[in-house]
Amino acid sequence: MKMEQSVCEPVCTVLREYACEQNILSKPDGSASFKQGDTSVLAGVYGPAEVKVNKEIYDRATLEVVIQPKVGMQSVRERAREQCVRETCEAALLSTLHPRSSLTLVLQVVHDDGSLLSCCLNAACMALMDAGLPMSRLFCGVTCAIDAESQIITDPTAQQEKECRALMTFAIDAKDRNVMMSSTRGSFSVEEE
Amino acid sequence: MAAGFKTAEPLEYHRSFLKENCRPDGRELGEFRLTTLNIGSINTADGSALVKIGNTTVICGIKAELAAPSTDAPDKGYIVPNVDLPPLCSSRFRPGPPGEQAQAASQFIADVIDGSKIIKKEELCIEKSKLCWVLYCDIICLDYDGNLLDACVITLLAALKNITHFSFVVQLPTVTINKETDLADVDIQHKRHLHINKQPVASTFAVFDDDHSGPYSRRGKPGFIVNYCSHR
Repeated sequence: MKMEQSVCEPVCTVLREYACEQNILSKPDGSASFKQGDTSVLAGVYGPAEVKVNKEIYDRATLEVVIQPKVGMQSVRERAREQCVRETCEAALLSTLHPRSSLTLVLQVVHDDGSLLSCCLNAACMALMDAGLPMSRLFCGVTCAIDAESQIITDPTAQQEKECRALMTFAIDAKDRNVMMSSTRGSFSVEEE
Repeated sequence: MAAGFKTAEPLEYHRSFLKENCRPDGRELGEFRLTTLNIGSINTADGSALVKIGNTTVICGIKAELAAPSTDAPDKGYIVPNVDLPPLCSSRFRPGPPGEQAQAASQFIADVIDGSKIIKKEELCIEKSKLCWVLYCDIICLDYDGNLLDACVITLLAALKNITHFSFVVQLPTVTINKETDLADVDIQHKRHLHINKQPVASTFAVFDDDHSGPYSRRGKPGFIVNYCSHR
């Protein structure tokens, strides 16, 4: 699987060694494990399945994303990440093919060493593929950090993320290379983005 | 008849207006709705503000309390935002624990506070490792008509500028045999304003069908929503 970068003038274009495995869990309809360096996320997809009446949408499938942190309960941070992943998956999935159904995507953080949101996005895409859910496009996630010297670092580790002044995660469409979702934190100029 | 068309074909409904470079409520693409601000309306809060962007109404109340700083940041205070979307503001929200949108909005505001450095958290520290201020910022939406995050940022900034809090004098710990804990002396006579370093401004844009559509008012069916927060 090739992942190309189109970041302008970064110091470090090298992504960490990544690994992906599909169909590793027996119960979910689709599952995948995605590793970026030491960051590892396990994804499981259930669906299309029955949906609760209060959650059903008449013409499309209801996608629910759950991100479980490695330690502790879910907090607001996980909710914000869930929203990012859900919005991206909804844009990629052909949910109108399964009206009044539910799709559940569960992401378990196995280890967080930076670039967690992009690892979640990648694991989500691979798991949705493994489940055989119809998608209009595939997507990948990539994280960039701008450090104190205004250098752009791609796929930062946890230590680099702590020291950077801005952190950006993008979900990029595989077909047209458009940006599907961007989540940024910290201060940076428009040119840097 | 227009209401029927809007429900049946929402995309076509919005496209028909965008062709004329305007929007269903008559605004230009780059035009914001009328914004009004009411400062200091809540007397029991240390700082408060109410903002109305068109029909969207958001109120923020800030309470300052005392706490011990955390061990990994002993010279910093806390700013804790919480965005609440009660069923009052829109039929899309149900009673119960905070939903995903409310929690994601809380995280967004927390990131804006950290990233834009509105207030230096070091200024909230009274005595290193012993005492600091905690600012609990409660942001409640009273009427949800789109563009929630812009309104939250405006009301938070206004309430922070409104806040006046007691200045603090901490007694030095006295060395006695009973090992008394240090007492804090609150000086009610002297209040001071918080120093605001940067003032973030949020603008939300929607991209509809590859054409740029302006500041976001209603939940139509846009292709892409960008929340952009810049500061001076």
